[in-house]
Amino acid sequence: MTALLRTEDVHKSYGGVRALDSCSVEIDEGTVAGLIGPNGSGKTTLFNVITGYARADAGQVYLAGKNITNVAPDKVFTLGIGRTFQLTRIFASLTVLENMLVASRHGRSSARRRAMEQLEFVGIAGHHAALAGTLSYGQRKLLELAYVLVADPAVILLDEPAGGVNPSLVNHIGDRIRELNAAGKTFLIVEHNMEFVMGLCDRITVLDSGGVVATGPPGIIRTDRRVLNAYLGDDLDDDPGESS
Amino acid sequence: MIGTASRQSAAAGLALVVLAVAAVGFPLVFSSPVVTNYAVYALIFAAVVSAWNVFSGFSGYISLGHAVFFGSGAYAVGIAARDWHVNGVGVFGLLPLAAVAGAAIAVPFGLVALRVRRHTFIVITIAVFFIFQLMAYNLTSFTGGTVGVSAPFLPWSPTSFNDHFYYIALGCAAGMIVIAALVRRSRFGLQLRAIRDDEDRARGLGVRAMRVKLAAFVLSAAVTALVGGVWFLYLTQAQPPSAYDPLFDLSIVLMAFLGGLGTITGPVLGALIIEPGQLYLTIKYTNGYLSEILLGALFLLIVLFVPRGIVPTGGEWIRRLRTRGRPVVAPTAPAAAAAPDPARSGGA
Repeated sequence: MTALLRTEDVHKSYGGVRALDSCSVEIDEGTVAGLIGPNGSGKTTLFNVITGYARADAGQVYLAGKNITNVAPDKVFTLGIGRTFQLTRIFASLTVLENMLVASRHGRSSARRRAMEQLEFVGIAGHHAALAGTLSYGQRKLLELAYVLVADPAVILLDEPAGGVNPSLVNHIGDRIRELNAAGKTFLIVEHNMEFVMGLCDRITVLDSGGVVATGPPGIIRTDRRVLNAYLGDDLDDDPGESS
Repeated sequence: MIGTASRQSAAAGLALVVLAVAAVGFPLVFSSPVVTNYAVYALIFAAVVSAWNVFSGFSGYISLGHAVFFGSGAYAVGIAARDWHVNGVGVFGLLPLAAVAGAAIAVPFGLVALRVRRHTFIVITIAVFFIFQLMAYNLTSFTGGTVGVSAPFLPWSPTSFNDHFYYIALGCAAGMIVIAALVRRSRFGLQLRAIRDDEDRARGLGVRAMRVKLAAFVLSAAVTALVGGVWFLYLTQAQPPSAYDPLFDLSIVLMAFLGGLGTITGPVLGALIIEPGQLYLTIKYTNGYLSEILLGALFLLIVLFVPRGIVPTGGEWIRRLRTRGRPVVAPTAPAAAAAPDPARSGGA
């Protein structure tokens, strides 16, 4: 396995708050990677740094060996990284189909065809003519996933895809991610729903206070004492219990 | 469904033909110079507000500095005609120069102002407007100072003068409406509207926001300046307070809000309602402030009762009547089994 996406000693501070502290993460090609950690551990900040929404104070970000540190979001997207947001960010006054076409790089008829195919894939093609602002929260999550797929990115970053979504749609979203992964897509997923993330991811990285606490398969991460400490706030034992 | 769609497009086509015939025949039916004067101004503002809407309505960046382009277009034609001794109808050949002047001003203006958003952008456009008005007052050797510049004499009889300008203004308005419709349907227009909804999200989907905003700003400025040149030739004079009029931008914003910001027909409808009304009040009541007080009151009424404008609100009422309260979007049933293969669908 080769690392398709890699961050190296990334630092990011907001005033006196250190959001990322020497954060190094590797995402192998063709895997579904999870990124978990307590609130404020730096997960979304890391997403923002990777996708160009926030500038790294120090450190590097690489995509397929190419340094993309502090590259603008539009460039990051064209280089092959698509992302969704924790709180869905759709274009509410555009129709569902128009939302899809914003991200498209194809000609008019080809773009429409591909957009409709992606909408069918996520299960909201029937709403293509509706204003995106009229969709339910779960449907918005699906729309976000669909329009990220339109440009066929190499890596997809999903920020809490199951957050605030009803259980049947959570399963639906999980199934779509598995199908895309089986077709070769690489995912990095931030999620608080442990059942969802443990059942979906090949490898999980745990962040706490802006740094990586542990990395490993879900079965090991689930029992790692440092992870439990990060979530529960207990003192760390001397035994490191290395899992990565 | 197909039958309904074709009936709707046939009805729209018929309405367009009727409107076109009415617009072309208007001066033949209403030959009074007072009425045609109203019509010329209404069409000039229809063209300008439509140009303003292509940038501000589509992108959500509300410009209160378009008088910069309107006035500069007027001055560009006036100064060029004066310095190059252009006379007669040949002066209309200078209108493309007005458009070029507007575009040339818009590039540095936009490169500075479009780095900031929303309220800060509005403040910068107002600041630039006052800089240009002050320059018009003070660069006396170039702009004529308080005296301004005068247009060359046009060899048209007083009885047909307004009619000529009516058709020129109609051409400008129709041309700009077509441009606005084409922009709205294009990928460029889609990107502008995406920027209006969430600029950062649009950037994250590959939209080069600065480039898109600047292109729309320059297009809007060029047309506004060209129409400013037409206005100058009609009025025959440009002076700092009239060419760079602070009420100009407030009027076009009001027109766009009344009709429907970001729509194609809304701002034009707003111009056709407000501009003749404003002229009527100014002529009827010699107190020049009355029309401005009423303009302000109208703005408050619009914000209170039709905040989205006539066209979107009317469209919403019609949609409600048609759907009779049924929900617009049904819940999504998870349909994993029905989902196509991602590799085939381009997901891989």
